[in-house]
Formats: sequence, structure tokens, C-alpha cells
Amino acid sequence: MAKKVALLQGNEACAQGALYAGCNFFGGYPITPSTEVAEVLSGELPKIGGKFIQMEDEIGAMASIIGASLTGAKALTATSGPGVSLKQELIGYACIAEIPCVIINVMRGGPSTGMPTGPGQSDVMQAKWGTHGDHAAIALVPASCQEIFSETVRAFNLAEKYRMPVQVLYDEIVGHMRERIVFPEPGELEVINREAPTDGPETYKPYDSTKGQVPPLAAFGSGYKFHVTGLNKADDGFPTTKASLVDAEERRQIDKVTDNIADIESYEEYLTEDADVIVWAYGSTSRSARYAVNELRKEGIKAGLFRPITLWPFPEKRTAELAAKAKAIVVAEMNLGQMIYEVERVAKGACVVVGEFRVDGDPLNPGQIMTKVKEVL
Amino acid sequence: MAYDYEKSIRPGKLPHIWCPGCGHGIVMKGLIRAMDTCGLDRKNTAVVSGIGCASRLPGYLDACTLHTAHGRAAAFATGVKMAKPEMNVICCGGDGDGTAIGGNHFIHACRRNIDMTYVLMNNFIYGMTGGQFSPCTPTGAKASTTPYGNPDPIFDISKLAIGAGATFVARTTAAHPREIDKLIVQGIQHKGMAIIEVLDDCPTTYGRRNKFRSVIDMMKYLKASAVPVKAASKMTAEQLEGKFLTGVLFHDTDKPEYCAQYADIIKKAQGA
Repeated sequence: MAKKVALLQGNEACAQGALYAGCNFFGGYPITPSTEVAEVLSGELPKIGGKFIQMEDEIGAMASIIGASLTGAKALTATSGPGVSLKQELIGYACIAEIPCVIINVMRGGPSTGMPTGPGQSDVMQAKWGTHGDHAAIALVPASCQEIFSETVRAFNLAEKYRMPVQVLYDEIVGHMRERIVFPEPGELEVINREAPTDGPETYKPYDSTKGQVPPLAAFGSGYKFHVTGLNKADDGFPTTKASLVDAEERRQIDKVTDNIADIESYEEYLTEDADVIVWAYGSTSRSARYAVNELRKEGIKAGLFRPITLWPFPEKRTAELAAKAKAIVVAEMNLGQMIYEVERVAKGACVVVGEFRVDGDPLNPGQIMTKVKEVL
Repeated sequence: MAYDYEKSIRPGKLPHIWCPGCGHGIVMKGLIRAMDTCGLDRKNTAVVSGIGCASRLPGYLDACTLHTAHGRAAAFATGVKMAKPEMNVICCGGDGDGTAIGGNHFIHACRRNIDMTYVLMNNFIYGMTGGQFSPCTPTGAKASTTPYGNPDPIFDISKLAIGAGATFVARTTAAHPREIDKLIVQGIQHKGMAIIEVLDDCPTTYGRRNKFRSVIDMMKYLKASAVPVKAASKMTAEQLEGKFLTGVLFHDTDKPEYCAQYADIIKKAQGA
């Protein structure tokens, strides 16, 4: 049987990807340019017995998905920069309490209200450092409608597997453009469900590190009575200020990501094998970069593209390898320089690192990237 | 025979953090009795709170307990209830948590009329942070941030809840322990948003700054200020000055409950 094909907007593809992943709860608040995710799911979720709720504000939306996830639901919210700023408090809560959930950030310009209908990539550092306190972060940056579908599925998988909030960031251009989507068959993409506890209710501890780096999370209402708090806590979930326990829990929650980078990381390379210059770009900017690389190659310039799909944890190893091989890396992003700091950090001076930035609401175009590559060579 | 509270308390979690003379323990005992009276299965009961002294209550209860962020209890609880309507959901917390930083979540949970019982302990102060004024600190009262007296007017929490659309609203005080569980029972049995406001005492950060020389003085004040709604109907406005109405202040059984409304949406979406 032929696969289902549709012309979908990025935000619609996100909603479809969520449904494929088994999302059954959406809590949101209207905000441009992400609202279509909520609109589609308000219609689709009740059809499968799922729940859609429009909350009173962004914080409430984040709270509702954490509450829903604690009952075992696969929970999603979608927003944009100003909304993500408000959600930071409870993204931190989901980190420390280790509650799986997925946050979509359709990026516009900023700071503050910025340009609600224009694209931006200026929330990428916020995705790592937005909420206070030490914490791990996983953030994915798809660059096409098809990839928004598959990365939304992967975001749910990573959230459930690593028991933490996962952010999917795509700029307004990718969110609002329309492309042909081939719907994967059921089973074609991996769908990971939450691991059930092996302990019975009498001995269950929600943060028992002897069960592994990611202890299983029981669902409220499934026979398990346990405590969840945003305070530093011991393995039984109850608050503690005992230094050794606090330290062990904090480190486990970060190590569960850093020890599993190979499983979490994802990137694409294009013509990097012999490249003198690597364009390092993500999201819609990577599409301009690919075009620029092709044009530069026609002119005899050995350019290549490195495109992170997992932005956090940062692709340190491969970026460092490319820095050691290439003469220069051009980091192209729709902000005034954010990921370039990470690239510089891991390049450690092995090659020249320069940035090509844009924040005026227009797309970062191939011509700009070509000019910068020629300048740096 | 003494009431057996211990079966509802998590082993090893007492003593609690509350100061001697604090009314929160009286409220917790009332809540335990009410949960027992209603026969709630604690495995199937979520007790959700925000931040503050009163919000520490769930940690002591043997149930599915969720101690969230400051002010967010009603929003987390909404997610729990929406996702699993078969669970009993109880919120608890203080006046600052529920009506200042959490005011928006509070009024919208009331508006939706989602089936939960919110026990709001109003002790007129932010106790945990050392006694700063809350939206419920009486005008003129002393708090650590109102050294010249509080310039702010207060929220009447029960009126706020009624205005926002809650369908069961009741008030009592920590000096009326028997009425606490009686009203919480009615709240739990009510299908919709039930707000039980319990006027409470904070001798440590409120009482000692406001001429209540002892816990007994605070309790006497709560007792003297409480006027049952029936009695109030025969009193003049002058006589009611500075008093609190207690008992069931509002009860509406007509307004549809939110999860039931959404169950209808599911039926519609599925073409039934």
C-alpha cells in the first residue's frame, strides 16, 4: 500500500509527529508562530480519547503537562520565545523532579515581544541555560517539515527514556513553510514508552539510583503512592539537605545525559570530507548554507556543511574533529552569535572560527554565507 | 478512643516543620478525617500543593503527593485531573501561594469548575519567608515589609472564588476544628471546584507583630471574628464590621463540571 503523503506546514507536521509518538495530552497557550500546533491537536486529540486544554497562561500550560505526565500521559506544549521565558520555572521543575515532557519552541526574534511573525534562532542558549540551577538539557533543531515530524517523535522518545523535559526548537520559517510529508507507517519510526517500575508499591522509590541512571517513574493512580517535589531530594523523593545525597542526585541527573551522548546526538554532514571551510548551521539557516556550499563548490571552493540536529547536548566531538581538519568554520545563525561560543570552545583555536549573523527578521541568505566563506579563506 | 491519624501519615515523616501554635496541623487532621469519611482510596488520590508552610502538608500524607512550584498547585492539579479524571484531586496551600503568585491559576481553576477540592489556609501572611504581607494581610497590620502598617487592601478569598466561578465555597477557621472536616467532606462530595478557606493563625510571624500575645489570643480572635452565615443574616452591617462569614457560602449544582464537559467533547470528536 502506498504511504500517506500530504502537503503540511511545519507546525502541522509537529502535531502529526506528536500523535505518531503517542502524545495524548496537550496543554498550551496561544502564541505566534506556534499556535497551529495547538489548533491541530485541539481537533485530533479528543478523537483518540486524548486531552487538549488551553490554560490561562504559559506557566499554567507547563504545569498542566507535568501534572498530566505524572499520571502516565505523553504530554506536549508548544510556544515561542516569550512563552519559553515564562515556562523556565517549570522546565526546571521537570528537570529536578524528572518528569518526561516535550516543549516545542517555534523561534521568533527577541528579546521580549520582538518580531512575532519573523524568524529567529536566538533562543538556542536559553534552551540550555534558561532555567536556574545546574541541569542537563536536550534540544533538537529540525530543518524541514519531514524532520519536524520525526524529531518530534524522537523528542518524546528521549523525554520518556531519560525522564526529562526535551525541547524542540525550530525557527518560524521552518514552522510556517509547507512541504511534502511522507507519513511513516506505524512501527517504521521507533516509539519509546516509559519504563514501568519493577518494584512493587511497597518498596518503590522514584529516584532509586540502584535501578540505573534513569530510575523508572510510576504513574499516579496506578497503585503507587509517592512524593514529588521541586526541592533537592533523596532517592525516596522526600526533601533532603544532606550534602552527599544532594550531590549524588544533582550529578546523576546531569550524567544521565552526558554519559549517553552517543544515543542522543544527531547531525548531518554534507561535503565535509575534503572541506577547507565548514559552514556550521542549523534550522532554516542550514538550508541557506547547503545552497551556499553547492554554489561555492561550483566556484572551486571546497566548502562543506555540518548541521546539528541535536543541538544540546552540544556535538563536541565531531565539531572538534572538523575544526582539526578544516581551515575555518563559519557559524551561521539568526542571532548575534550564540552557538559560535560553543564552536569556539571546542575548536580550541585549531582553526579560524567566524560568524555570519542576522537578526532583522529576514532569512539568513546563501549570498551572505558565500561572502563570509570567501572572506575567511 | 483516639482517632487513628497514623494510618494516613507517612511513617518517619513527623515531626512536621510547623511552629508550635500554628494552625496548619489542625487543618491537616481535619483533612485526614474528611478523606476517611469520604472513603477516599489514597492510592487514587493526588494531594497537590505549591510553596510555603501550608504547602508542606502533602509530604506528610500517605497518598500520591505533588509539592510543586510557588503558586502553581491549581495548574498542576488541573493537568492531573484532566489526564486522569478518575483520580480524586485535593489542593492545599496558603494565602500568598494561592492568591498572589498563584492567583491566575486559582481563578481559572474556579472558572472551569474542574472537580477538585482546594483547602486554602489563610493565615494572613507569608510565613515561610519570615512574615511579609500577603494579599490577605489586613490593611494597617504589621508585617516585616510593612513596618508602618500595611497600605494594601485585602482579597476576600471566598468572594474571589465565588466571583471566579467555583461552585462550592465554604469558610471556617482553625479555631473550629470540627467544622473543618465537615466542610472538606462536603467539598470532596461536591462535583466541581470546591474552595474551603480556613482562616488560620501564624503566631510566629503574624501574631507577635500584631498584638496577639499568645496563640490563645489568636485563636480567640479567630473564634470571635467568625459569624456563621445563618447568624449573619440577622445582623446589621455595623455588627458585621471586621467579622468573617463562616459555613457554606455558596453551593451551585447546576454548572457543568469541566472533565464531564470534556468527556462530551471526546464523544463529539469521535462522532458519537
